[in-house]
Amino acid sequence: MTQPLLSVRNLSTRFRTERGTVRAVDDVSFDVAAGETLAIVGESGSGKSVTALSILRLIPDPPGRIEAGEIVFDGKDLLKLDDAGIRAIRGDRIAMIFQEPMSSLNPALTVGMQVGEPINLHRRSPWAFALDKATELLGKVRIPDGRSRLNSYPHQYSGGMRQRVMIAMALACQPQLIIADEPTTALDVTVQAQILALLKELTREANSAMILITHDLGVVARYADRVAVMYGGRIVETAPARPLYKTPRHPYTRGLMESVPRLDGDTERPLVPIDGQPPDLATLPPGCAFAPRCKMAVDRCRVERPPLVETMPNHHSACFFHDRV
Amino acid sequence: MTASDPVLRVRDLKVHFPITSGILARRQVGTVKAVDGVSFTVNRGETLGLVGESGCGKSTTGLAVLRMLDITSGTVEFEGEDITGYDRGRMRPIRRRMQMVYQDPYGSLNPRMKVADIVGEPLVVHGLATDRDKYRARVADLLRMVGLLPDMAERYPHEFSGGQRQRIGIARALALDATLLICDEPVSALDVSIQAQVVNLFMELQERLGLTYIFIAHDLSVVRHISDRIAVMYLGRIVEIATRDQLYKDPLHPYTKALLAAVPIADPELEAARGQQIISGEIPSALRPPPGCRFHTRCPVAMAVCKSIDPPMRDMPDGRAVACHLHGG
Repeated sequence: MTQPLLSVRNLSTRFRTERGTVRAVDDVSFDVAAGETLAIVGESGSGKSVTALSILRLIPDPPGRIEAGEIVFDGKDLLKLDDAGIRAIRGDRIAMIFQEPMSSLNPALTVGMQVGEPINLHRRSPWAFALDKATELLGKVRIPDGRSRLNSYPHQYSGGMRQRVMIAMALACQPQLIIADEPTTALDVTVQAQILALLKELTREANSAMILITHDLGVVARYADRVAVMYGGRIVETAPARPLYKTPRHPYTRGLMESVPRLDGDTERPLVPIDGQPPDLATLPPGCAFAPRCKMAVDRCRVERPPLVETMPNHHSACFFHDRV
Repeated sequence: MTASDPVLRVRDLKVHFPITSGILARRQVGTVKAVDGVSFTVNRGETLGLVGESGCGKSTTGLAVLRMLDITSGTVEFEGEDITGYDRGRMRPIRRRMQMVYQDPYGSLNPRMKVADIVGEPLVVHGLATDRDKYRARVADLLRMVGLLPDMAERYPHEFSGGQRQRIGIARALALDATLLICDEPVSALDVSIQAQVVNLFMELQERLGLTYIFIAHDLSVVRHISDRIAVMYLGRIVEIATRDQLYKDPLHPYTKALLAAVPIADPELEAARGQQIISGEIPSALRPPPGCRFHTRCPVAMAVCKSIDPPMRDMPDGRAVACHLHGG
């Protein structure tokens, strides 16, 4: 097998809070191959966003801190780079798209300045060239009349258009990896479909890999090649998309799929909710984090952490009873 | 469901907001037509889903029905009574039977009030809390009804999770004798594993208490699960209103089709096989809606007539109604 583009090994990120140390990401390992789309799925507090921010070392310190692990990107451990080293990677080789385009764009700078900045910064291109390139990028993300819109400010764009600007910025330096953190959660469903299709098309064209962070199982099904399901700061299941949906091997994954209504679902069948609520990371139980909500849990699950093991080829589950789920 | 027992009848409802400019002499420079001619009926015991994207007017419609916003024109009839012109005093007895459940379980509960006081407040406001023991018993009943424990009454909202807070909001809405609940995005702020708990609670309560719902939401899968009939809104208008099966199996309006096609289904094999018909553009401003059919700027099958003539709502032989020149011109 060829070397993966990104290899995260035993990553742990913790935050100091008033209520003690919280392990937001706890011993997480995964790979991303060149050109593939990996979806990280989870609910609030599952650790999916902190995982993404950790890759680019964007965890505010204090209170946060990457405690342990390796993040090997293209042969280099990002955690060992100095500040200049990681800055050279951000926005150039790895780009990030955030959920809230309004708060991630600078309201005081024109769109042209913001889309052109990575080119000016990383390629040391003069501004005239960077702005030409920015026009081209706006065309790529289907913002019509790019040249004249370079001088507009973010507030003059709609929500969907702002997210297109974010994508243009992310694509500016043809990154090998794009991390998109809930890129369409704030958008309407028809605009969401436009933005995700565009993102998929452009990453495929540039052969960029993508980490797509979302809580929406439908979005995952439409766009991801592979999926990692997170719960309580850990990956509980990871597999290629089709087998994950067809034969989920973790009770949480299965529970999620049964609790979410589908557009083509049986309306006579009541939804099967997962009892209880997502865990509080400050007071995680010693065993499996899902045990308090799990219908299959036995005493062992409450005291012992189930490791992530291969249950079928390329399909891993962190459940003692993965073969019975 | 009896089609002959309407709880709510809304006819040609318009809610316009003036846009003013100037400091000393404020003059009107425009009008946002948030709701612009909406008609529908909700029958006893049924759930009418109100769907559409942000800015389509679905929440404004809900607020106007409750008379929490001024109605520009049209009529709202609740249990046979025309309440369009009612002032606050006359609305008060109506509000006992018509309540709202809000989206934000964090913002809609007063953090400084105990749960008992939040849930019991409607009883106090309406002068029904004269006997202390009865009041306490009623609050305990309400909490039990929504799946909370009566001894939680002495706690404050911050001690509860999002799902539990939404249950508190529902208990408050049921404190009086509500027959109609207007639920505005009641599950969209909740984690996916929690949404099903609250959806099931809504359905159980409906069956047990014979409630009627207007369920406002943007999530078409949730709306499909809970609704008997659905109205699809676009830029202040209903473009299609139909039973659940009609709408989801055989949508007629091009906007309904586009909305349904945009929703991804949690099945990778199905998604790979599904042709993706993604419409372009975004909802135009309600300040200057396009002439003719409001959807024509994004419609994949727009014709010349759509640019100039506004299609009226037409009743179809199968009982639904659609506003599109392709259907029944």
